Amino acid sequence: MENAIDVTGLSMHYDDFVAVDNIDLQVTTGEILAFLGQNGAGKTTTIEILEGFRQRTSGTVSVLGHDPQDAPLSWREKIGIVLQESEPVPELTAGEAVRMQASYYSNPRNAEETLEVVGLTDSADQRTRKLSGGQKRRLDLALALVGDPDLVFLDEPTTGFDPSARRESWGMIEALREIGKTVLLTTHYMDEAEHLADRIVVIGAGKIVARGTAEELANKVDARTRITWKPGAGDPSPPEQFSVVTNDFGNAQVSTDDTLASMHALTNWAIEAGVDLTDLNVARPTLEDVYLELTKDTGR
Amino acid sequence: MNFSAVLRQLNFDLLIFRRNPAATFFTVILPLIFLVLFTSIFGNGTLDNGARVSTVYVPGILTLAIVSATAVNVAITMTTRRERGVLKRVRGTPIQPEVFVLSQSLAGTVIAFVMTVIMTVIGRVLYGVSLQFETLPSLIISLIVGAMSFAAIGLAMTSIISSEDAAPAVTNAVFLPLYFISGVFVPNDQVPAWVGQVGNLFPVSHLNQALQESFDPFADGPAWPWNHWLVILGWGVFGLVVTLKRFRWTPNR
Repeated sequence: MENAIDVTGLSMHYDDFVAVDNIDLQVTTGEILAFLGQNGAGKTTTIEILEGFRQRTSGTVSVLGHDPQDAPLSWREKIGIVLQESEPVPELTAGEAVRMQASYYSNPRNAEETLEVVGLTDSADQRTRKLSGGQKRRLDLALALVGDPDLVFLDEPTTGFDPSARRESWGMIEALREIGKTVLLTTHYMDEAEHLADRIVVIGAGKIVARGTAEELANKVDARTRITWKPGAGDPSPPEQFSVVTNDFGNAQVSTDDTLASMHALTNWAIEAGVDLTDLNVARPTLEDVYLELTKDTGR
Repeated sequence: MNFSAVLRQLNFDLLIFRRNPAATFFTVILPLIFLVLFTSIFGNGTLDNGARVSTVYVPGILTLAIVSATAVNVAITMTTRRERGVLKRVRGTPIQPEVFVLSQSLAGTVIAFVMTVIMTVIGRVLYGVSLQFETLPSLIISLIVGAMSFAAIGLAMTSIISSEDAAPAVTNAVFLPLYFISGVFVPNDQVPAWVGQVGNLFPVSHLNQALQESFDPFADGPAWPWNHWLVILGWGVFGLVVTLKRFRWTPNR
């Protein structure tokens, strides 16, 4: 099947600043792909090029078979967009806002049904200015879905949400998968990408630094268990065999594949040497660590 | 251009206008307050041509109402929509951009038309202002030429205004002084000649003069103020050119 999105060698320069540097990106029809990166990494620039809001410097881009830069207006019939910051018209009710948006499409979904999908049926007659932050985000999604798109862009759909609102949004985004939409979402939350996406593409300083499933990404970095503790001032140095390093927090750190044996050896040494091993901690790296590791050299 | 799409959007735009208290106050209520105040305070004076001053206040304040419904309303509404990302979202849909812009201009024209009817009736009933049937076609043309041209000027101002907060300030800074030098608040024959000449460079004065001819109690035969229409249209075209060159759909941040 043809890819919903096909990007080769995409670059975007603003004067001397390289916002996006020669990236390739494919999104298969029907998949949810997370575009993960820190603020300023080039996520929004890329997604806005794909949405047809920005003119790229170079590269080839195909979205649903068209180059967004010179696609006909009818191309937009099949694309739904949730922008990072856009307010609904405050004077309209949620229902009216969805009906107005529906009037822009030739084959829209039923407005009431769309409100139901995002769980806004009870607030349909509320003026949009009276909606809570979470309800406004649901309305954003309803506005993006009412045209019955095949492809949905979500630019940081949960930034600024409290944890329960995020969980709720995730439920809605998962519902998109069930109705067969292709989704490209940007996020700077690793857990969000892991939870929602079939595949993750990590961008740092305008370059793609890694891509794959959450599991594949985890395997790309040092996934060994880390044993850490806070070294005391007069502690003797631990034996060479442990290859102790000092981590970012100033703690002593041992990386190991055999947690049990290492712990045994380490605690034996500590008891004999009279070392306290204050704040002793044993942990597998989280995906958050993986992500920070992948993007740490990029600076943005 | 898809006209049924324009009508659908126009319906929503008029609904939005009706529900916006600031827009309705400044466009509908304030001109009526001005009309009643000015005619009550100065209306009994006499002009050089012998007519009562109240006969110039209906077309004068009507000028203000038309400018307010179109240029001011369009500039503030469109700037607000742009800065809040509403226009960007619209641009992401298959609607033709012209449909959206034209609807906004037509909404101003419809409101201006309603204001014309209300103010003419008030002027007729309360202040005995005359309106002959011969000058009615000219009044309607002035209304349409004025409304569409000032809507284009409003779009041009949107292109230049950078933020939502600046929009009311900029529109007031531009139009408030113009009202004073264009015969809207002070009849033209009561200001120094040079003030009137400065006013004549701008379209507000010409809209006022075109409307004055339609309400002239001594008019014999229909008035066709071509010269004024042409100046207003010229400004309208200038507004359109600035709009086409500078109008942006994305927020300025």
